Amino acid sequence: MAESTTTRDFKVIGTRPIRPDGVDKVTGRAKFGADYAFPGMLHGKVLRSPHAHAIIKSIKIDKALKLPGVKAIVTSKDLPAAENKLEQSGEMTVNPMHLSMNILAHDKVLYDGHAIAAVAATSPHIAEEALRLIEVEYEVLPPVMTVDAATKPGAPILLKDLRNNEEGDKPTNVAQHYQFKRGDIAAGFKAADYVIEREFNTAMVHQGYIEPHNAVGIYNSDGQATIYCSTQGAFDVRSLSAQVLGMPVGKIKVVPAEIGGGFGGKTTIYLEPLSVLLSKKTGAPVKLVMSRSEVLRASGPTPGSKIKVKMGATKDGKLVAAEIWMAYQAGAFPGSPVAAGALCIIAPYTIENFLIDAYDVVVNRPKTAAYRAPGTTQAAFASETVIDELAEKCGIDPIDFRIKNGVKEGAPQVLGPPFKRIGFIQTCEAIKNSEHYKSKLTGKFRGRGVASGFWFNAGMQSSATVNIHTDGTASVVTGSPDIGGSRASMAMITAEVLGLPVTDVRPITADTDSIGHTDVTAGSRVTFATGMAVYEAAKDAERQLIERAAKVWEKKPDEVEFRGGMLHAKGNGVPPMSIKQLAPRFARTGGPITGRASVNARGVGPGFATTVVDVEVDPDTGKVQLLRCTVAQDAGKAIHPSYVEGQMQGGTAQGIGWALNEEYFYDDNGTLRNSGFLDYRIPTCLDLPMIETIIVEEANPGHPLGVRGVGEVSIVPPVAAVANAIYRAVGVRMTQTPMSPPKLLKAILKHRGATQHSAAAD
Amino acid sequence: MSKKTLVEATINGETVEFLCEPRQSLLETLRDVLELTGSKEGCLTGDCGACTVLVDGRPVCSCLMLGVEAQGKNIVTVEGLAINGVLHVLQNKFLEHAALQCGICTPGFLISAKSLLDRNPKPTEHEVRYALAGNLCRCTGYDKIVKAVLDAAADIRSQGEGKAAAR
Ligand code: FES
Ligand code: FES
Repeated sequence: MAESTTTRDFKVIGTRPIRPDGVDKVTGRAKFGADYAFPGMLHGKVLRSPHAHAIIKSIKIDKALKLPGVKAIVTSKDLPAAENKLEQSGEMTVNPMHLSMNILAHDKVLYDGHAIAAVAATSPHIAEEALRLIEVEYEVLPPVMTVDAATKPGAPILLKDLRNNEEGDKPTNVAQHYQFKRGDIAAGFKAADYVIEREFNTAMVHQGYIEPHNAVGIYNSDGQATIYCSTQGAFDVRSLSAQVLGMPVGKIKVVPAEIGGGFGGKTTIYLEPLSVLLSKKTGAPVKLVMSRSEVLRASGPTPGSKIKVKMGATKDGKLVAAEIWMAYQAGAFPGSPVAAGALCIIAPYTIENFLIDAYDVVVNRPKTAAYRAPGTTQAAFASETVIDELAEKCGIDPIDFRIKNGVKEGAPQVLGPPFKRIGFIQTCEAIKNSEHYKSKLTGKFRGRGVASGFWFNAGMQSSATVNIHTDGTASVVTGSPDIGGSRASMAMITAEVLGLPVTDVRPITADTDSIGHTDVTAGSRVTFATGMAVYEAAKDAERQLIERAAKVWEKKPDEVEFRGGMLHAKGNGVPPMSIKQLAPRFARTGGPITGRASVNARGVGPGFATTVVDVEVDPDTGKVQLLRCTVAQDAGKAIHPSYVEGQMQGGTAQGIGWALNEEYFYDDNGTLRNSGFLDYRIPTCLDLPMIETIIVEEANPGHPLGVRGVGEVSIVPPVAAVANAIYRAVGVRMTQTPMSPPKLLKAILKHRGATQHSAAAD
Repeated sequence: MSKKTLVEATINGETVEFLCEPRQSLLETLRDVLELTGSKEGCLTGDCGACTVLVDGRPVCSCLMLGVEAQGKNIVTVEGLAINGVLHVLQNKFLEHAALQCGICTPGFLISAKSLLDRNPKPTEHEVRYALAGNLCRCTGYDKIVKAVLDAAADIRSQGEGKAAAR
């Protein structure tokens, strides 16, 4: 791999050009999934379970089918049998049988909102009327909503075939137990002067993308299907839909539409196979769009968790031991990100003795999906709160405490191998030296909190093509749906390599037939891995340009150099040639120039972020107002700094929502009672201050441009940072999310009672 | 199915006639009947603002209004912001400030911001935040959106002063 080049002089990289897809998005021209329409198109709607846990005894569809305008209805009977096994798909493991059972419930419904049947009709209103005419007979079972309820003896079992790696052939709701350890924790705690032990509970929360899930399916009589949808991974939609539908992958083409946010939630499938099934039955294109309530009830939120953390430190502030027990709500099917959470929970620190036990538990809630640094925000809330407390006990500034214990290059990761070049300490120092951290916070009921976070980032497979046009401009084609401005970065990398102005490069996200396989847009991998493919493809084009210029000049390729966007013949006084001048000669020198590259990217550089927040608490209501917020994050190399800042700000805002407001609220029957944006309250612009950003650039040695992923880690610190700030403001340690007014007020009143009580006793 | 109604309205400066069902929202009418898909659906309950349009100059959630209620009204959607292909200053400032990531919320924000600047060309940061609080964005943390709107306001003011000086 080329050496890291962060310090190299760049012409395009590091500047802030206007994004190439921008005009379409400010004029309303950009086509999102729900904007597609085709002649003769039908509209589909999905019937969903009102019960959290029930056996489906029968489904009668004849009345619904008779409604004028209704063209077809599908149930799980229309799905082929799927195998009960584990398969790798992108960054997820997928069990095809569970996937199929989630698309349309087989014999049981497992959560409020579980899909049961889908209708296609001539209008969405008729399809909705038809849903009311479908008769389903249920045998209602007791719902299992929490980790505690799912694991207590005699708990109702959700999946009769589920077994785990420890309990032998015994039905269970515990899908998996992971354990990670190092050293001797008993000896570690013995050496500790201070030990803090706390239990944390976090609520299930949703990614909250503004665009609901959508799909248009077109099945042709020759057995070829096309799906238009808003997804983070067109190739994943293709392979997952192929599994559920029992179709060969090559018979499905997926066209990724513009995507209105995903944050991990659009890495799997819900409506896509239904659109194809209904199109197959009716011979017409079929469009399905979820309502907001369906998105909340039946797409994939991130797990609620129960986490116990015990950590010890010596008087001089050295972390010596950690014992952690954590269990995540997987939802109706196994596969929560609890293992990722376990690997991240103490990742920023060198601790010689630790034991981490992590459990994946099924409950009657929707199957969870990825959400920005999946599994890690919950975990960091717990560990970063305890670390804050230890720092306080030791009388050390919380940032200094982190710097003292923080991982550097060469420190062992949780799984053992040492970190390569990383920028954790630099993010701490950036915050320490920031005007914000140095400023004095005054006023009653105000407090400042800090916290840090780690996320692995991902590599995986990407393909790219760079086409040089006949006028010397270029297009760059990738398979990565653009959720945060990545097309701008792809154009900039191409322009940098080829010495072109960025406006001469047009970036395209292609469908699954038009570009080589590309894994899902997730794990902050696009600028890193797809960027690597783009860099290599542009380099491939550069090699070909050199060959062609050599032909024109009747020289050997090694007598030609490409510098500053110009081709130079070594030695004699031949005037240099631009790509524009060479382009008209492509035809005579061997045809068009297409640079190509496919990578399975290695050399991933992990991401770190450190965040400081100032809050003011209203002690009479428990409402928390954010006064100021600064986040420092290591980007490796920021290709387009504005969009790096955008990721940092967006992730921070989501973390603040998670901290203060957001939660899935189920009643005793397991019915979701806040399935709308009014009651599932994400931050508005009145709730937030400006979010100040400090981009740290500690080049990733594993990438030709030094890039690390930047999309996720900023969501990790805010929950803990807010909790730590609340503590400094009013003296209460919050151990649950959301830290919403009623919960915080209760804690404040309890604390007040306790302190008054002890004051009276003195 | 109920009968369709003939509605006449001014949309983005043009008088248009269209047929819509009484149960169709204005948002559905704009998107599915008139093929103006720039206005977006995020919730259909008036909570996200992605469907915001101007009705007689006031910002309205088009998901909460019926298509038939557009009769005789003057409606502006995101498609009507640029004039003859020249972008509105807000559109330019959103691009310059990178005030969008996925862009699904952008049409609604542009319309709400236009309505604010039409009323109040000199808003404070708090007034901008207050005026945009009915529009949800999950990608940006609002920072760059608020800055883009403040910058657009400054731009409109300096253009106004420039014009006044030239006169
Ligand atoms: S779609 Fe109208 S406010 Fe959300
Ligand atoms: S830019 Fe994605 S919701 Fe605002």
